[in-house]
Amino acid sequence: MKVRVLVSLKPGVLDAQGRAIEHALRDLGYAQVSGVRTGKQVVLDIDSRDPEAARALARELCEKLLANPVIEQYEILI
Amino acid sequence: MSRPARVGVLVFPGSLDDRDLARGLSLCGADVQMIWHKDARLPELDGIGVPGGFSYGDYLRCGAMARFSPVMRALLEFASGGRPVLGICNGFQILCEARLLPGALVRNAELRYVCQDVRIAVDDPGQMRSELAPGRELVMPVKHGEGAYVPDPEHKPRVAFRYVGGNPNGSTDDIAGVVNDAGNVLGLMPHPEHAVDPLLGSTDGARLLRSFLSACTATRDAR
Repeated sequence: MKVRVLVSLKPGVLDAQGRAIEHALRDLGYAQVSGVRTGKQVVLDIDSRDPEAARALARELCEKLLANPVIEQYEILI
Repeated sequence: MSRPARVGVLVFPGSLDDRDLARGLSLCGADVQMIWHKDARLPELDGIGVPGGFSYGDYLRCGAMARFSPVMRALLEFASGGRPVLGICNGFQILCEARLLPGALVRNAELRYVCQDVRIAVDDPGQMRSELAPGRELVMPVKHGEGAYVPDPEHKPRVAFRYVGGNPNGSTDDIAGVVNDAGNVLGLMPHPEHAVDPLLGSTDGARLLRSFLSACTATRDAR
């Protein structure tokens, strides 16, 4: 089962890359865009048929390694 | 005279300031041993240095993978016994990832890798205080791309050092280094091991390393 994990900085933690992208978009004339945040996607192939078991495992992996819960949040998409 | 402090310097794949740290500590009088990250058991040591570099290539997040090296369990035990641990740059990141220090390090605010001398002022260096009176200023280099310190909202840090005269990375409250609540684990982004020789423009780093070694011998002699 393919599981996607999206890891991003928590709101309030300076996302320097997101800010740089926002500035660049402004420079290109897209003044209507704001609040740009970046993150990374981790795709996992989990050997399981049970979505809830796969989600629980993905959550464990996030807490342990894929995200740093001090500064990052994560979203699990199945 | 008591025997010199016996200090272990951890070596991860990608550590690159391990030899510099070992040399700096030796110059300051330590008996240094290199410790490979696969070593699950430590020899008898009075202190441990976690050097800078790019452990495990810094893939995923700086320090995230090093945290799971076999040596880290031994380090946690060592630190919880109250013995001194010094983490520099990537070593600081590793100690934060391992929760030995509160908070985390994120990308520099300007997104650029910085390599320059900085001035830091001593605030509360915990046990490493013999030559680090509060308010004293030190000059040493930083070289990092992810050195902006972000405190853990649930754990107010004891600030060891703050940048003065300019913050190179946008860290919160100009924090350059923190110490744990017990005062025996210190982490900082600037590199004391690169400031131990007048040839390099500053010997202030030696002051920090000697303070670390004093803490090592003091905790050993108290045991």
